[in-house]
Amino acid sequence: MLSGLYNYWIAILLMAIGFYIVIAHNNLFTKMIGLNIFQTSVFILFISMGKVDGGTAPILSDAYTVYSNPLPHVLILTAIVVSVATTAVGLALIVNINRRYKTLDEHEIEQQELDQE
Amino acid sequence: MTHHLAILQVVLPLIAAPICSLINHSKACWLFATTVAWLVFAMSLSLFLEVQTGGSIRYEIGGWQPPWGIEYHIDALAAFVLLLVSAMAAITLSAFQRSIAIEIPKHKQGLFYTAFLLCLTGLLGIVATADAFNIFVFLEISSLSAYALIALGRDRRALTASFEYLIMGTIGATFILIGIGLLYMQTGTLNIADLQARIPEISHLHSVHAAFAFFTIGIFLKLALFPLHHWLPGAYAYAPSAVSTFLAATATKVALYLLYRVFYTVFGFEFSFEVLQLHYILMPLSILAIVISSLNAIFQQDVKKMLAYSSLGQIGYMTLGISLLSDVGLIASILHLFNHAFIKGALFMTMACFLFRTPSMRLDDLNGAGRTMPWVGMAFVLGGLGLIGIPLTSGFISKWFLVSAVIEQGHWWLVAIIVFSSLLALIYVWRVVEHLFFREPSAALVANKQPIGALLPFTWIVLLSTLYFGINSDFPVQAAKAAAKVLQ
Repeated sequence: MLSGLYNYWIAILLMAIGFYIVIAHNNLFTKMIGLNIFQTSVFILFISMGKVDGGTAPILSDAYTVYSNPLPHVLILTAIVVSVATTAVGLALIVNINRRYKTLDEHEIEQQELDQE
Repeated sequence: MTHHLAILQVVLPLIAAPICSLINHSKACWLFATTVAWLVFAMSLSLFLEVQTGGSIRYEIGGWQPPWGIEYHIDALAAFVLLLVSAMAAITLSAFQRSIAIEIPKHKQGLFYTAFLLCLTGLLGIVATADAFNIFVFLEISSLSAYALIALGRDRRALTASFEYLIMGTIGATFILIGIGLLYMQTGTLNIADLQARIPEISHLHSVHAAFAFFTIGIFLKLALFPLHHWLPGAYAYAPSAVSTFLAATATKVALYLLYRVFYTVFGFEFSFEVLQLHYILMPLSILAIVISSLNAIFQQDVKKMLAYSSLGQIGYMTLGISLLSDVGLIASILHLFNHAFIKGALFMTMACFLFRTPSMRLDDLNGAGRTMPWVGMAFVLGGLGLIGIPLTSGFISKWFLVSAVIEQGHWWLVAIIVFSSLLALIYVWRVVEHLFFREPSAALVANKQPIGALLPFTWIVLLSTLYFGINSDFPVQAAKAAAKVLQ
């Protein structure tokens, strides 16, 4: 159970770590890193499901008979692009937040917003 | 030719978006984006008419046969939502040119229209596609552009609101992605019709149950259903007026469409509601959303934030309709999706009109604004009546359907809750009306004669359409019935 499915355990562990960082940390930048770990764990989940033991890339040749499923890899290429775009937008927001609040700490930002109201 | 429209209405704004960023001149971009939006509207209208007469349209992209290729599927429900989204996009772009020119820094206006077109692409794509992974991609296209649009708000709180939306939205979309992955793992397909056919055989597997759970949380996050709603009020309140209007009218509605699609079409009614009994979660959450959000709305000082909280309550009505598990409940839900989009759109448009002359959207800044701008004030009152659900407004029609669905199921206590929350709506609308009409306007407001331009007539067009649908409700009711039939 543990050894046969170890790649899934790694994905679940990373998922939990990433999710915990997003929820528990106050620094917006750290949150962004947590979000990235969380997304990466899902990439691993997808890629491991496409892997076939001893399988190669789908190359038409008599030498190979067992192929891994390439579709999850293709899906994840798209998901990686999405993740990069999300990170870019997130970092752009962080730069602007830092410019206008002079801090990246969630509590301090909240305090400043309360003062503003 | 006409069946190519299924893909064309998604591709047109997608191609127009980078062209818009190349033009990068405010007025030219506006003209270009507005033309594109009206063209998209014309396409979705002709799709809608064709689906009404000739049944649903299936389109194979690149001629690749499903389930291998990506398929677009426009049925009565999709055509109805497409019509709503494209109509709101066209109206928003036509009406808000001056508002955008004032609210957004000049050098960013070209990019604003680019992001707007991308957001439109994403929303249309989610509705049109019949491929599970495609849904995720379009979901992220619409969300990423929405984050950028919200962050353009003048208030610095727009940035933090946008960041919070980014975190919650990404978690939601990633949960949906995990759900898609687990289903793909068990079925080996991403095509929705194919998934629908294969899931009943494997519905006893734990991974299918896990996929269901991930989809549920992901969609609830995107839908901003209580208690996963925290990102929404800030995002709508601090975004530029045009963005608040467009997103309030379309974004959560498309998430609701996704909910119908996933739970009725992909998993099927039997699995979602009889085996896993989703309504035991959906009904209490809907009731909490209705009551708590309406109470929250009463205590808001910022009117846009108040409208956002009211939206959360209205989303509760839509999900309550689903949780009743009856045909009438489902029709009520779809009908309210349509009617509320126009009512809330019109209300956010009146706020944009006020913002031309008032310094902010806080209640105290709106003192007497209804007197100095009587047409806008009147528009707010009529929209507010629609929100409460007074007869002769379209809000009444959908609430009427909801109440009849509730009575049909014998839940009399739910009628009491719906009436109670309508009274709460009366209170929060009245608070604004009181400030608009029964307080003295400040000298600065009386002196301010800033012209509102095209926004006011468009506000009235949207508003009069809600009144028209309140008196002659044939069109939305028939369309909602046809849409509900697709899901059964």
